Amino acid sequence: MAVELDVFVGNTIIMSEEVYQLWLDGYTVNDAVKVRMEGGVLDEFDAKADVVLSDTMDQYRTFQMCERLLHSPTKLANQLLFQIPPHRQATLIERYYAFDDVFVREVLGKKLSKGTKKDLDDISAKTGVMLKSCRRQFDNFKRVFKVVEELKGPLVENIRQHFLLSDKLARDYAAIVFFANNRFETGKRKLQYLTFQDLAFCAGQLINNWTVGAVDNMVEDMDVDLDKEFLQELKELKVLITDKDLLDQHKSLVCTALRGKTKAFNEMEANFKNLSRGLVNIATKLTNTKDVRDFFIDLVEKFIEPCRSDHWTAADMKLYLTHYTNSAHILDTFKHQVVWDRYMGVIKSCIFKMYHD
Amino acid sequence: MPGKLKAKIVAGRHLPVMDRASDLTDAFVEVKFGNTTFKTDVYPKSLNPQWNSEWFKFEVDDEDLQDEPLQITVLDHDTYSANDAIGKVYIDIDPLLYSEAASVISGWFPIYDTIHGIRGEINVLVKVELFNDLNRFRQSSCGVKFFCTTSIPKGYRAAIVHGFVEELVVNEDPEYQWIDRIRTPRASNEARQRLIFLMSGELQRKIGLKVLEMGGNAVVGYLQCFDLEGESGLVVRAIGTACTLEKLSSGSGTHTHPNTAPASNACNSPSKDGKEPVFGEDLPSSSGPSTPFRALPTSSSSPPPFSPSKPCSRQSSSSDTDLSLTPKTGMGSGSMGKDAGPLKTLLRQQTQTALEQRQEFPFFTLTSFPSGFLLHVGGVVSARSVKLLDRIHNPDEPETRDAWWEEIRQEIKSHAKALGCHAVVGYSESTSICEEVCILSASGTAAILNPRYMREGCLDLGGSDQRFEDPSPSSCGFCHIPYDELNMPFPAQLTYCFHCRRQKVPDVLFTTIDLPSDAAIAGKGCFIQARLCRLKKKGQGEANATAISNQLPFMEYELHTQLMNKLKLRSMNALFGLSIQISVGENMLLGLASATGVYLTALPAPGGIQIAGKTPGDLNTEQHILNIQKRINDTIAKNKEFYEVNPPDLTEEVVGSPIPEPRLRSRLFRSHSESSDELSELDLSHGKKDAFVLEVDDTDAVEDIQSLLTDASPPKGFYSCNTETMPGIYNWTSALQMFTSVRVLRLSNANLSNQALNKVFTDLCENLLKSFYFKLRSMIPCCLSHLVFSVAVPEEDLIQVAVTAVAMTFDKDQTQDKPAEKPITKGCSEAEDQLQFSLELCTDSSSINSQSSSKNSGVPESSHLSTRDRCSTWLELLRLKAHTIRRGSVKTSRRTQSLAHSVSSLEHSSPLTDGRSRSLRSSRSFGGSSVSVVKMTPLSFLPGTRIVKYVGIINMFFIRETTSLREEGGVSGFLHSFVAEVFAMVRAHVAALGGNAVVSYSMKDCVLMENPNKNQCQCLINVSGDAVIYIRETDQEVTGSTANIRLSCTSSADGAT
Repeated sequence: MAVELDVFVGNTIIMSEEVYQLWLDGYTVNDAVKVRMEGGVLDEFDAKADVVLSDTMDQYRTFQMCERLLHSPTKLANQLLFQIPPHRQATLIERYYAFDDVFVREVLGKKLSKGTKKDLDDISAKTGVMLKSCRRQFDNFKRVFKVVEELKGPLVENIRQHFLLSDKLARDYAAIVFFANNRFETGKRKLQYLTFQDLAFCAGQLINNWTVGAVDNMVEDMDVDLDKEFLQELKELKVLITDKDLLDQHKSLVCTALRGKTKAFNEMEANFKNLSRGLVNIATKLTNTKDVRDFFIDLVEKFIEPCRSDHWTAADMKLYLTHYTNSAHILDTFKHQVVWDRYMGVIKSCIFKMYHD
Repeated sequence: MPGKLKAKIVAGRHLPVMDRASDLTDAFVEVKFGNTTFKTDVYPKSLNPQWNSEWFKFEVDDEDLQDEPLQITVLDHDTYSANDAIGKVYIDIDPLLYSEAASVISGWFPIYDTIHGIRGEINVLVKVELFNDLNRFRQSSCGVKFFCTTSIPKGYRAAIVHGFVEELVVNEDPEYQWIDRIRTPRASNEARQRLIFLMSGELQRKIGLKVLEMGGNAVVGYLQCFDLEGESGLVVRAIGTACTLEKLSSGSGTHTHPNTAPASNACNSPSKDGKEPVFGEDLPSSSGPSTPFRALPTSSSSPPPFSPSKPCSRQSSSSDTDLSLTPKTGMGSGSMGKDAGPLKTLLRQQTQTALEQRQEFPFFTLTSFPSGFLLHVGGVVSARSVKLLDRIHNPDEPETRDAWWEEIRQEIKSHAKALGCHAVVGYSESTSICEEVCILSASGTAAILNPRYMREGCLDLGGSDQRFEDPSPSSCGFCHIPYDELNMPFPAQLTYCFHCRRQKVPDVLFTTIDLPSDAAIAGKGCFIQARLCRLKKKGQGEANATAISNQLPFMEYELHTQLMNKLKLRSMNALFGLSIQISVGENMLLGLASATGVYLTALPAPGGIQIAGKTPGDLNTEQHILNIQKRINDTIAKNKEFYEVNPPDLTEEVVGSPIPEPRLRSRLFRSHSESSDELSELDLSHGKKDAFVLEVDDTDAVEDIQSLLTDASPPKGFYSCNTETMPGIYNWTSALQMFTSVRVLRLSNANLSNQALNKVFTDLCENLLKSFYFKLRSMIPCCLSHLVFSVAVPEEDLIQVAVTAVAMTFDKDQTQDKPAEKPITKGCSEAEDQLQFSLELCTDSSSINSQSSSKNSGVPESSHLSTRDRCSTWLELLRLKAHTIRRGSVKTSRRTQSLAHSVSSLEHSSPLTDGRSRSLRSSRSFGGSSVSVVKMTPLSFLPGTRIVKYVGIINMFFIRETTSLREEGGVSGFLHSFVAEVFAMVRAHVAALGGNAVVSYSMKDCVLMENPNKNQCQCLINVSGDAVIYIRETDQEVTGSTANIRLSCTSSADGAT
């Protein structure tokens, strides 16, 4: 007695968010049925396995038919094939474009190419995210990347409009696109402790302050490419470490302000020149694409690790960086206040975010 | 040149990529009507072309306008090779042909291809300019409205119900023409789709002509079917009920004054002055002929006064015999003369005359009726016949098919006669075809109708003259037997009506109609299904047909028995919406009977089921039987609780005693003996009922009983029925989900026994229901309404079941709130609410009248009894819900017998309560979303809304075929997307007509042919429904004023226009 055909179609789309999630996670129909049954679907309702199977099949088919539409979410709103209430449309899209932080952490900064796609099974094995789900997420990144690549205007706004995503998710995608475009190195062992959210926050800072879009908002790729002029200007900051007087003056100003306010004062005083050199060197090298890629690793190696080994607390860090930035304004021979602020503003918030275990 | 059709192609979107090189499409559109074709310019390199064409104008006959669809083809321009078709849109322009429906068709239509499905959308504008044509010999019937709805459409009033119309047209099936061998599947499918569009247009036009001939302006309960007879051709046939509908509108004063009814209505009450208290006036004129029931007590010498006396009934049956020959004879029944008793006979004859004057078949495809239309119901009548198909030689003369149906209808008619009825309501016809064998089936419910609806111009749907000539209260009147009790057409136990105690009722009642809205019931209804599968030897020609023909009566008998047992098991006593489908396959016959069981309080309580063993003495067997008996009794008790079947006046007797035990019988006996001695004799015979005893004599019987018990009742929070509304649930909330489900089972084991086959089939149906409950569990508390199962045997060893139904949520807390909620929740328009209400007033008043008068006549005991009984019912209801103020006032007025006073109190209190309950409910439905969606439902109404306009009938036929079945996800994937596409196309057409919902939606055919080996599959789907515009009930002004009923009536009718 084989069931040859079994369909159930509603005038309004019939879906359960639980099954949708299972589908997104890449479960096969049979595995999904197993999960649902273990999840107690049967307890709350007197249903046999075949009933759950039939229901799961129907929903999987519906999702498969919807998938084509989900690739261009704006179509979902004016297509005629399925009648989907607006809140359901929003759920379908938001969930489809949602991703696993562990997965995205792996591909962050990598080229969204066929080559990377081939490595997905390794990533799947490493992260425990099912390959099918990895593919969906990877394709989503690629799709978003391709669409916004050629668009003018603010990145986050473009993503939100073309993919009807929530603000939070649109920002995350902007970060992913930004990382992929600038190919930031995030995979090194030293960076492993950073979560996607740490890096996404940093990307947001960079997008808002260092890109072309931060000064001009009608250029192509405005939020994806760093502001070249600004990077050139950063070279001027070199005086802070090359000019001996300036360096000493800066140090004494910072030390005066910090004295007595922290337990790590001695270490700060001892390391000041090293740390300052580290930060300014990062700034002056950013004209090199290679050094841009190493931006995060440099931050960690040149600044975060030394501080950590001296057992600075997060509060120490905040205190130090605030005074470090502000004291530069008092230096009378230092003329690059605007560039300094633009640079240090981002560095400060990035380091705050990244300074944890 | 009586019509100008104008079409404009605006734009396209989401078109498929037709040019792989550029990933774009160079699209243009061909617009074709009849033999004229126009083309738009090519819009190069775009998937969202903006043609914005000129208006293409077609000058055509209105005959063509009715027959032809507008055909829009979207193509991809190709410079070097032939242009590729992207897809087509067929637009039925019929809705533009009558003034009240849509005036323009405008919107996005899915572009459909029979091979690829939906491929993008196109925005089209269509208009029609009709010129008046005074040619009386015209062939068109523009202006006749068609409704699928099987009741009088909301917002309309049936001025006259003319009766049955039928027509069929035949043609060769393009799929079987020689040319099909050389053309592509796409071309063949399109030829078929187009032909069927043409044929159904022609059919509709022809039926329209018949309606015009009869003097009507609409067809209600329009049912169109296709018979794919294969080699022998394609038959499109339709039946319907011709009516003269009038739009309810302000100022027409339709329900304000029954004065519009001409005096020819002899039985009309003299008091027609609107809201004036009817009874007050009637009282002094008690001897007048206008109120026959009140004249009775004086003249009747023998109780029961109202049931037809024997001679009269006989006379009626004698007049019945000359069927259609003598239209006028019935009228001349002067022999009844002054005897006022046989009112019913008089009625019957009057109606019959009216009916027969008009037409050959007094059939009605309607399933629910205006209050007072249906007087008595006899029972289900059905007829089947097995035919061998032969090639239709001359399509213009489809005599054979006509003759076949004629034959069947005659049989139905004579069955109805045998039941003492002159009409058949809830009538439908169907076929099942396998190779060359065809089973034709027809069924309906024999009934006696109120003659005033048959006469021209004299009726008023909601007139306050409702009480006239019907002595029985509407809550039980339809249960009273129409046939002669001493000459019964079939064995049945008769008792006196448990409601009025005046007329006889049968012990069970089967009907194909919906439960009348004013019927008194206890508890909730319940979906009951009998399933049967019978093996059949493969055969050919005559022998095969005979074999099938011989099996049919046994199948019907067995289905009937199953239904009866299942009904008892749920301790109910009536079936509504009964439909029995018998499908034929090469090696088996399937029988499926679906109905909704109800406990009618007018009918006697059903006895339980008693198991009897054939071999007494065997201890094992006896123990076994005892076990089964216990299980049955438990099931009955459980069902009673689940369906809340607690008849108010029988509670103490019935609970816990399912077997017809002496106590129950003696109680019946006692109650009747109170009124008369004669009755006790009858009741004795009633006591000897053995219909409920099941004998366990062999293993088959055991299995039957087992299968009886395997029917699981729906899970908590779910109810189901196959009728329009669920009996016992009145407070629908607005959420609904219409769905279609199809399941095909392959029998792996070829040598199954009948029993095993039955089990497979039963499980298939049960599992389907279970999976519905599971899938829709988020809607709890919820009711699956209008569950329509259709079975087929598409191939040897395949069983296909297709179901369409709607799940509707209801408010659990107020399920008992019948009196206050009922008028609204039926989904009627405001106007009808009020109408119904005024009707109730009248019915109440009539019963009061009869009681008071019977007091005079010196039969105080019986009247006292009935008053008490009814009062106890009221009390019961009162206890259940607080705001039954309306009823309460009725009750008090009855006690005090101060009639005039009761009227005034009624008029003032009722609109108040009504208004209050409505505003309560409206505040609840405020939470609903305001999405611009197209709702679909197989019912004639949408809960919580009011239908303000019918914009046209939807009747669509689609074919979908694939040669890449695996790639589309197998048969399930293929059908899933096809069904979704059909829904999408229906919604798009409705939206283009300006509608926001489809009511009375049904999927009439779903023919699936697969060939997985060749990776091919083909499916045909035919759907129909009525496109409507509805508004939420909350959107209208709430008439909460204390103004009198008629005023509020008119004001709400304002909103309807």
